[in-house]
Amino acid sequence: MEAGIVSPTEAPAIGLTHGSSEDTGLGNRGPQSKSIVVPYGFWLFVLSDMVLFSALFASYASLARATAGGPGSLQLFDRSTVAVETIALLLSSFMCGLAIVAAKRKNLLWTEVWLVVTAVLGLVFLFVELREFAHMISIGAGPQRSAFLSSFFTLVGCHGAHVTAGLMWIGTMMAQVWAKGFQPHIGRRLLCLSIFWHALDIIWVAIFTIVYLIGTLP
Amino acid sequence: MFGRLTWDAIPFNQPIPLITSIVVLLVIAAVIAWITYNKWWPYLWNEWITSTDHKRIGVMYIVLALVMLVRGFADALMMRAQQTVAVGASQGYLPPEHYDQIFSAHGTIMIFFMAMPFIIGLINFVVPLQLGVRDVAFPTMNNVSFWLTASGALLVNLSLFIGEFARTGWLAFPPLSEKQFSPGVGVDYYLVSLQIAGVGTVLTAMNFVTTILKIRAPGMSYMRMPIFTWTALAASLLILAAFPVLTATYAELMLDRYLGFHFFTNDGGGNSMLYMNLIWVWGHPEVYILALPAFGIYSEIASTFSGKPLFGYRSMVFATLGICIISFCVWLHHFFTMGAGADVNAVFGIASMIIAVPTGVKIFNWMFTMYGGRVRFTTPMYYLVGFMITFVIGGLTGVLLAMPPVDFIVHNSLFLVAHFHNVIIGAVVFGVMAGYTYWFPKAFGFTLDERLGKWIFWCWFIGFYLAWFPEYALGFMGGTRRLQHIADPSWQPYLDVAMVGALIIFAGIVLTVVQLIYSIRTRERRLDLTGDPWDGRTLEWLTLSPPPHFNFAVLPDVHGEEPYWTRKQTALREEQLIEEPDYEPIEMPVNTPTGIIVAFFASICGFAIIWYIWWLAILGLIGAFAVFVWYAWRDEHEHIIPADEVRRIEQERRRIRTELLGQWKPVS
Repeated sequence: MEAGIVSPTEAPAIGLTHGSSEDTGLGNRGPQSKSIVVPYGFWLFVLSDMVLFSALFASYASLARATAGGPGSLQLFDRSTVAVETIALLLSSFMCGLAIVAAKRKNLLWTEVWLVVTAVLGLVFLFVELREFAHMISIGAGPQRSAFLSSFFTLVGCHGAHVTAGLMWIGTMMAQVWAKGFQPHIGRRLLCLSIFWHALDIIWVAIFTIVYLIGTLP
Repeated sequence: MFGRLTWDAIPFNQPIPLITSIVVLLVIAAVIAWITYNKWWPYLWNEWITSTDHKRIGVMYIVLALVMLVRGFADALMMRAQQTVAVGASQGYLPPEHYDQIFSAHGTIMIFFMAMPFIIGLINFVVPLQLGVRDVAFPTMNNVSFWLTASGALLVNLSLFIGEFARTGWLAFPPLSEKQFSPGVGVDYYLVSLQIAGVGTVLTAMNFVTTILKIRAPGMSYMRMPIFTWTALAASLLILAAFPVLTATYAELMLDRYLGFHFFTNDGGGNSMLYMNLIWVWGHPEVYILALPAFGIYSEIASTFSGKPLFGYRSMVFATLGICIISFCVWLHHFFTMGAGADVNAVFGIASMIIAVPTGVKIFNWMFTMYGGRVRFTTPMYYLVGFMITFVIGGLTGVLLAMPPVDFIVHNSLFLVAHFHNVIIGAVVFGVMAGYTYWFPKAFGFTLDERLGKWIFWCWFIGFYLAWFPEYALGFMGGTRRLQHIADPSWQPYLDVAMVGALIIFAGIVLTVVQLIYSIRTRERRLDLTGDPWDGRTLEWLTLSPPPHFNFAVLPDVHGEEPYWTRKQTALREEQLIEEPDYEPIEMPVNTPTGIIVAFFASICGFAIIWYIWWLAILGLIGAFAVFVWYAWRDEHEHIIPADEVRRIEQERRRIRTELLGQWKPVS
């Protein structure tokens, strides 16, 4: 549906011929292609997801001191554990980028390899996080203990749930790439997956700063 | 095995819900039998249930909204009847625990399952047509969104037959909505069904922001989009930014209830005012999610029936976006009584008053659009004028409430309830009824009966004033909201007038059904053969009524703010149509049962969570994920409409339009 461009001097013909829409300077020459529309829509989803996290951040910020006599952030958080998690997740994002590069070159083997590495690093992150959760619960600092811990487990746990969903998505995409090859729609999905995976990094950087760094300030 | 679900959940000992349940089940059984008898299932399945056509999905949303209007209004009548009879010594016919469920269900259903689907249905039907394109950005997701909304509606209504509904009001404020004070399934029904419907709403918003920003006819720059499309964009942006907050808030309340967290509890350091802040960060934009598209409908109607371009198009766009932003800066005015201090209250009070400025701009724009125009007083125009009068009054009582000292006195009173019914009925209900009447011929190829339409308007208009103006007075007299029993017998006359008002609105709703049936039966008299029954100005009137599946044989080229009006006038002046295009085959998305299957699993999962049937909940989740993967595996995405078929349909349209060239005269 690509329309031609005419100069305003041809205006008398307006309304009687086709393909005479002006270029209005905003690229409004008809519907955009799917390769633009699909990632754009997915970006909007990611933005709405960030709004969801912002509500959880707001809850955490307003309840962070409501420890109800229980343990506070200084006693519970350990920067070295968080460092491992952060490194695993950031590296995983880099590997996801490599997978997209390989997919652009239509290299099946390396796409799969980098996706596996991405997933393994994601699993490492999840494992460390769940171990931290298990430890906190075992010493009586579970989410039922205080409002502070409720909001902590919800905020960090929601991020963890997103990572889990991302891992399921990576598995599905690996199977799809394997079974169907690099068709255009599979390529768009891989791109959306990488947007999602990078967005989880951005959220994690905010969690790292607001929850763990500020929480362990003396 | 079945969690909390036992035979006690069925209301055998309560005659009102039991009889209602039986009647509703009989009606559903009769409808199913009727469809089966007529062998309509294949048609329904292929043409509607699995359809990815934005027009069909829009119509399904509106059918859902009309059904829910009847349900929600039945609740309203029961409440009014209770307040009329339960005065002084009498306790009325509804015990408090039942009455509380009714006002909670009324608010929840009217906002989430009547107003929202109605607005989203109109957006679905109209926006791609106004943009001059063939479908939305994500047609399958559109179908999924609808069925998720329907799934939420199903669960809310299921609470009538199995278990109970929330007794906590339509926003389920804690600590009352916490497990400690509401141990039953009512609040869980509320939370789960709104979470499921909320997912559908966010997906719809994504879909429409993408559609409006990325998929438009050639030449349609932002400042050439019709105002209804602008307001649909603003509402979709508001949904994207506000609904995730609602999801997070309900998730936190669910964690409190299901896993013993302490977000909003009285103990453990929880803070129930956190819930108020979060829910109203969603709640105030929600008002504008409903109102802005209604303003858009009025703008289209004012322009069409005044025979003039909309006055102040640009100021209308800026007012819309201004409201869109300011609506996020006023949430605290819903609880000035929290005690945030004079400074905070002043900031939010002033912001709330400022929002009246862009709204005032709009009112003046509509009046100036009518001024000097050749106004045709059709039913939609009645709604416009009725809206302008009613909404100005409702807006003024809103400015009163925006003053913290006044708000401290009338907080949670009937004055407040009268205010928000004044703006929601005056703006949103009048708006969707006007839009329904205005676009009905586009959807079905014949107009609705005008005489009955005007009766319906008068019922709503007079009924509204009778039902709600006594409540303003009662609010000043000290009447608080949600009263199951009225202690002061001197209020009786006010309550009686309100009851009469409610009955008049009831007559209007009955007449809406009568109008629909009558209009279908006598449609031969009011067929819209031209595709342009109102002498319209925007692109939806360019195509046939009802439009073909692909809307436009070629995407129209857009010149100026009123592309269709310009094209129509040029054709009439030159006495010839636009040249015949080269017909090309058109790709359209295929139908898919994904939506209804996902919604099926979502309903099962939701029901299981409400009743603590964990194995079933996991089964539902696995089912939904499996459908998702199955859908992602498909190979066929689009089907081709051959060029010959496109030519046949378009040439029929051209034949009709050519005949009109001799009958219609250009406007000089």
